[in-house]
Amino acid sequence: MPISRALNAGLRRALETDDRVLLMGEDIGPLGGVFRVTEGLQKDFGPRRVIDSPLAESGIVGTAIGLAMGGFKPVLEIQFDGFVFPAFDQITSQLAKITNRHEGGVRMPVVIRIPYGGHIGAVEHHQESPEAYFTHTAGLRVVSPSNANDAYWMMQQAIASPDPVIFLEPKAKYWQKGEVDTDKPALPLHASRIVRRGTDVTLVGHGAMVTTLLQAAALAESEGTSCEVIDLRSLSPVDYGPLLDSVRRTGRMVYAQEAPGFTSLGSEIAATVMEKAFFALEAPVLRVSGFDVPFPPAKLEGTYLPDADRILEAVDRSLAY
Amino acid sequence: MTPLDDPALVRVLAADGTMAPTPAAERYLPLIDALTDAELETFYRDMVSIRAFDVQATNLQRQGQLALWPPSFGQEAAQVGSARAARAQDHIFPSYREHVVTRIRGVDPLDIIRLMRGLTHGGWDPTDPKNGNTHIYTLVLGAQTLHATGLAMGLVFDGKSGSGDPERDEAVIVYYGDGASSQGDVHEAMVFAASFQTPEVFFLQNNQWAISVPVATQSRSPLYKRGEGYGIPSLQVDGNDVLASYAVSKVALDEARAGGGPRAIEAMTYRMGAHTTSDDPTKYRTSDEEKAWAERDPIARMRAYLEGRGAPQQFFDDADAEGAALADDVRVRTNELGTIPRVHMFESVYSEAHALIQEEQRWLDDYEASMEGGAQ
Repeated sequence: MPISRALNAGLRRALETDDRVLLMGEDIGPLGGVFRVTEGLQKDFGPRRVIDSPLAESGIVGTAIGLAMGGFKPVLEIQFDGFVFPAFDQITSQLAKITNRHEGGVRMPVVIRIPYGGHIGAVEHHQESPEAYFTHTAGLRVVSPSNANDAYWMMQQAIASPDPVIFLEPKAKYWQKGEVDTDKPALPLHASRIVRRGTDVTLVGHGAMVTTLLQAAALAESEGTSCEVIDLRSLSPVDYGPLLDSVRRTGRMVYAQEAPGFTSLGSEIAATVMEKAFFALEAPVLRVSGFDVPFPPAKLEGTYLPDADRILEAVDRSLAY
Repeated sequence: MTPLDDPALVRVLAADGTMAPTPAAERYLPLIDALTDAELETFYRDMVSIRAFDVQATNLQRQGQLALWPPSFGQEAAQVGSARAARAQDHIFPSYREHVVTRIRGVDPLDIIRLMRGLTHGGWDPTDPKNGNTHIYTLVLGAQTLHATGLAMGLVFDGKSGSGDPERDEAVIVYYGDGASSQGDVHEAMVFAASFQTPEVFFLQNNQWAISVPVATQSRSPLYKRGEGYGIPSLQVDGNDVLASYAVSKVALDEARAGGGPRAIEAMTYRMGAHTTSDDPTKYRTSDEEKAWAERDPIARMRAYLEGRGAPQQFFDDADAEGAALADDVRVRTNELGTIPRVHMFESVYSEAHALIQEEQRWLDDYEASMEGGAQ
């Protein structure tokens, strides 16, 4: 099924299995959300479980904090990545720190779903990759599925987490289909995963970039270079085990992300891999990123976003060391 | 017209302590008449005790024992009246100077001291029954109004309000100030409260100054009138009149608890001290203004009223002694406060283990152990 339907199915199962789960966001009721991820859920679970909120992002997150204090497990939808910033204070100053400020006495099982990233030709504030703002904030967990099975299971795992989870949905992939095993999850929420084996270069990314990495790996294969591809899945905490194991085999790593490169998740991962696997490296860890400019007008997004060719250019640079 | 001359203002006691209800106060008089001598005396003792505590805490800050102190000096009546109006099952969301509100609900004043001393980020557990459903202080202005509204939404969803059983129904009261009323979160909280008809009282203490900025700069109309714009019944009360503050809060909480939706109260009061011990009010306000408000002192007003009812000198002496004992106890216990173990920094960041935090904690343990003689 498509990722959007897998998310819907994951939300549905969470609503069925725990009556303290409730959904809240703008236009998520009869409309089913602008991406239809919540389609049909209000009809089946009612307006008290699936709540069309006023159009106010800080209000959505701030009231969810109060709901969580009252024993609910709110799952929030922020309509687009660029609209999360009106709620930034409630997320970073409040939600992330409530458990710590209460010395554990009050938990915050809140999930904030954010459709993020480019590739859809949208107008401004609709194509951004804000993950580093949230991975930089202690108290938050940040995850991003890249396929339907992960979307289905990671949604349920995020809702079950007693900690706040920023759930980044790669909106460009909402319609990408994949198999979903509804019997059991493949991995825990915070595990990274090798999605393609290879021996020469380790390619790492998350969300929509995983598809691009696989394209690059296929092209590299045709040129005689064997690339391993790792889907990060969890952005905070990062599961470094498979990354370090891989780079110790290949000696090379390229990290690809849509977000600007400066002080980004890729910067952090490059630094950590260099600290922990320095003697295994044959080349510096290279980053392929969006540029350090505001996300450009849609007609330039093809130039801005890393594609398979830019990843291959980095692979070549790595191999040249 | 100054705000205190507004005919819509609810006031029961004149500044000299005589009963002089404003027209807007008439409907509340039966509630005032129903108060027992013991309840009236409790209001007074609450105010006197917390002022003694507040002065002590200010002194402790001046002596380097606390990082900061936000005084409540002058705002005792608004706080005591509203807090005494709440039922045990109600939920309290303070801002950061509701010292007597938290004390009335059972929170140990030393918990506030620990916060201001830099030993905690919270200080007490709101889920512990001994703290009377009182949430911890929030230093980001207005942020707690959304948390209160969310909790109140949950009360609606769970059928914990509006059942018609006042012994069981729950409500929420959230405190904030005139400065916080400029924050967007307060606007959004009122929008959500009105949308979901939450059992909630927005209790705004207008102490006239947002640090150095007067309320007139922030609002061209009385702040209580904003509530009406959200469809929230709102009123203004003399916040230095503990009886009026009690009565309007009791009615508003009862109505909210019964399912009538949110209410908003603007309590006109005055912060007689500094915003916090970090600022200097002599730089931004006049001594004439301070003198005029000192003549409306909430404790002096209630004392004159009780004297008029025949309360003996012994009662006032006992109340002063009770306050002095509280202040002494806080000083002694403050001096006995220790430090906190470093593990505290890593605990409770997450509810479940987080790989990065675990790794950093292990590193610090090893690092400390490697130091000569070892650290704690």
